Order: sequence, then structure tokens, then C-alpha cells
Amino acid sequence: MATTRHLDLAIIGSGPAGLAAAVKARQSGIKDVVVFERDERPGGILPQCIHNGFGLQKFKAELTGPEYANRYIKMAQAHSVDIELDTMVLEIDKNRTLTAVSEHGGLRAYQCRSIILAMGCRERPRGAIGIGGTRPAGVFTAGQAQRLVNIEGYMPGEAVVILGSGDVGMIMARRLSLEGAEVKAVTEIQPFTSGLIRNEVQCLHDFDIPLLLSHTVVEIYGDKRVEGVTLAEVDAGWQPLEGTEHFIACDTLLLSVGLIPENELSKMAGVSLDPRTGGAYVNELLETNVPGIFSCGNVLHVNDYVDEVSNEGEIAARGAKNHIKGSPVGKKKEIALVGNKTIGQIVPQAISGQQPVTLCIRVKRPMEKLTLRIGAIFEKKIAYARPSEMIQIRLSKKILSELEPSTARLKVSCEER
Amino acid sequence: MSNLQELICITCPKGCVTKVWKEKGNIKIEGKICKKGKEYIKQEYIEPKRVLTSTVVVERSSIKRLPIRTREAIPKKKVFMAMNHLSEIRIKPPVKIGTVIVSNLLNTGVDVIACDDLF
Repeated sequence: MATTRHLDLAIIGSGPAGLAAAVKARQSGIKDVVVFERDERPGGILPQCIHNGFGLQKFKAELTGPEYANRYIKMAQAHSVDIELDTMVLEIDKNRTLTAVSEHGGLRAYQCRSIILAMGCRERPRGAIGIGGTRPAGVFTAGQAQRLVNIEGYMPGEAVVILGSGDVGMIMARRLSLEGAEVKAVTEIQPFTSGLIRNEVQCLHDFDIPLLLSHTVVEIYGDKRVEGVTLAEVDAGWQPLEGTEHFIACDTLLLSVGLIPENELSKMAGVSLDPRTGGAYVNELLETNVPGIFSCGNVLHVNDYVDEVSNEGEIAARGAKNHIKGSPVGKKKEIALVGNKTIGQIVPQAISGQQPVTLCIRVKRPMEKLTLRIGAIFEKKIAYARPSEMIQIRLSKKILSELEPSTARLKVSCEER
Repeated sequence: MSNLQELICITCPKGCVTKVWKEKGNIKIEGKICKKGKEYIKQEYIEPKRVLTSTVVVERSSIKRLPIRTREAIPKKKVFMAMNHLSEIRIKPPVKIGTVIVSNLLNTGVDVIACDDLF
């Protein structure tokens, strides 16, 4: 391997988190910034997300995924951000040594003063959910189908069943309908949809696609190609109810059954992961337990909106700047945020209490007329909460000033009134 | 009331459910709904509109598809006709983001624009 190059900041991934982090880092005066991207073009998943609804917060416009990416790519170019395309990061360690490989540059090592993890998330595959039956062609994850249709220009099939009511699944129901396929049903194992209402209306209702709640696919049929699936209603414990099974003929099954942060590299560096989010434990500047390594976007926790992902990239860049300057946050004092039984996840998991922070909270089940409390310093009445919609709570300096100096834990709770 | 429709507001993530009908030429809405939601529901009742996003075929490039969208929303009932129209389009690089790919799509007065640069 050639000599080690020194970097102020390495960013892994050029999606909406990585690019926003890169732009912010350059704006704040960080010099040597390199973004590593394993794909041949920047933008992460955005180029294949051709639907609109991106950028309402960041650009006050309703953009498509490619348009949102295009704006950030141009900003990155304007700020002379170095994006290494077609380059795979193979390893990072706790001393922030990074090893990357590419056809054009070979194997290279970098010593980084800070690293921002922005690798995004991956779809949960068939193997992770255990559906019975044969293993024919025609079973895709929703994102795979999205890439086939929108980037490659291929239709994955003609008669489609979609398992899971995640947003990508619903968006693909609309996309495939528009392209002439028949989407026969979207099934959801929970008694409520796991995507946004907007998508339920505009992607399913608009095309008269039935949404079967408390239903799942119990068996896949077909020898070479999918020939059909058996659906069944499930009980509260997600067990199929006998006698409710019915067969639907189809040639394609799409899976939209959840996203998992992609933390293989993070683990190599010794980053501790929160089993509730699947991402790193972080403080308010999104620094992990490994000093100088930050995590943002969907590799930290799966977000609802791209704008939030880019916001996190900017926070991580601020964190990296502080680290490089030698003024880390939250090292002296750390207050853990602990959720009660109604809380699914909280990011960040710990705060210093010394600077304003936005908490991202998800409830475990749909709730109505609730009161959200954070220790004794914050209380808010909320009309409704759903697991699919992240609740964001801003804790200002004023609110945080009410913390007792000895506070080590802050309880976060949602209770129905 | 034969002209009764149940419509869900999508203005915000709350998803309020409303009943909408016409009475003596006026549109009546039943159900708790905010001011912004009211406008959306009215439009949705009179003439539902959607921004259509899709792709068009790219020729003479390693890139196979160019993402496109209608600049503004078009009547929902014209969406499938628009898809048919767009399936005939062939584009060659270079194309700049924002370039008009189809002007006045199906006489809607709305243009179809490129959503990415094509080099």
C-alpha cells in the first residue's frame, strides 16, 4: 500500500446525509474533506426515488429525489468537495485509519482527524422474515424493483402483491400501476399502516389498490417464477389465523418490510449500536462512543424525510469541526435519555445538557391525546402519535437550564390522557 | 346524497377524514378540518390534481432513463393518458435539469421537465 494520506474529515457515503455534511464542513472551514462513494454516481438512493415530496423544509419546494440530489451535488461542487466515486471503504478502526479501494486508485490508507458515517440503510430481505414456500424468481425488495424500473428501465413483473406497507412499497405500488402492472394487494401485518398517510391516499386509494391490514403472506408458490401467494389474516401476536388463508395469483412479490441501518463499518471501529434504532449511540453532536467518529442520516436511525437526514449531516459536520478544534462536547458530563415502555426509540441517546438539541422520538404503538414528558423540564400535549411518524422535540438552552446539575438520567415518557 | 365522498386530507401527516358533498351549489364539508386542509379537500372534490413523476427513455447513452415530472399538478383523470404520451418520448444527451421535455402536456397548460442533468 502507498503512503498514508492525512485528512481532516472523511465522509462515508454521498447520499443526502453525506453531501450535506460535506457542504457544511467546507462552509465551516474544514480543509481536507473527502467523500467516499461506492456507486459510480453521487446521491445515494435519491436518483432512484423519482417521486416528489423531497426538500419541503430545506428548499421550500416539492422536489423529486434526483432534483434534491442534484442541488446538493452542485453545492458540493461549488464548495470544492472531493467525492471519490466507485470507491469502497473496506475498513475503519478506532484510531480513525480508513482503508479504501477503487479500480482507479488501488488500495489506499487514510489517517483521518474525524470520520462521518453516512452509509444509509438497507432493506430487510426475504430471508429475514421467513416466508414459507418455494424460492422462485420474482421476489424483490421494493427498492430493488424501484431501481429496476426507474434506473434500468425494466418492469419486474405484471401482476404484483406487495408485502408490507412501508413508504417505498406504497410508492412502488403507484409506480408499477402507472407503468401498466396490476397491483393486486398491499398487505400489512400490523393493524395500522407503517407508511405516511399521504402515500396511502396517493399511492393506494388513487389506484384502487386494496390495503389489507393485519394480513401477511404465508406461502409463495411457483417453480421457476412466482405463480401466486397465500395471504392470511393474523392475530395480535402476528400468528396466521386458521381458515383465513386465500390464494392470489401473481408473478411478482415485493417486500417492503423495514429498513436496517448499514453499520458493518461502524462495528469494525468499535462503535456501540443501540438495538432499538440499529444505529450508533450518539450525543447531541452525533458523536459515537469512539471519539472523532460521527453518525448521521439513515445509518444512525431510519428517518421519515430526506430533509431531516440532511439536517443531521450538518449537525455531524459541526461535531467534526468541534472535534478537530479540540473542543468536544458531552465528554465531561453525559445525561442519558431513557424512554418508558411507550417509547420505541430516542436519538440522540445522551446529551450534555449544555447546548440546545432536537430529540427524535418514536412511539411503539399509535396513541391519541397524549402527554409527552421529558424529566421535569419539558411537557407537551400532543393530539396523536404514530410509530411511522417521528416526533421532534426541541430543547432550548432555556429549557435545559432548568436541569439539576446532578442529573444523570432523563426520563422520556408518553402517556395517554 | 349521491354526490357524497369520503376524503382524507393529506396536507399534514395527521390525515383527517372528512365527508364532502354538494348542496345547492355549495360544497359542504363534515369533519374537523383546518383552513389549509379545507382548501385541499375542496380542490380534491371539484377536480383532484396530481404532480406526475415518471421517466423517459434515453438514447445513445449509458444512462437508460431520465427522470421527469410535470411542473405543476395535472388533473388526476389525465394521468394514464399522460403516461401513454410519455412512453413515446425519446431523449438524447445532453439535457439540463429543468429543461422542458414536453410543453403543454395534453393541453393541460403544464409542462413536463427534466429532473436531472444528462451529460
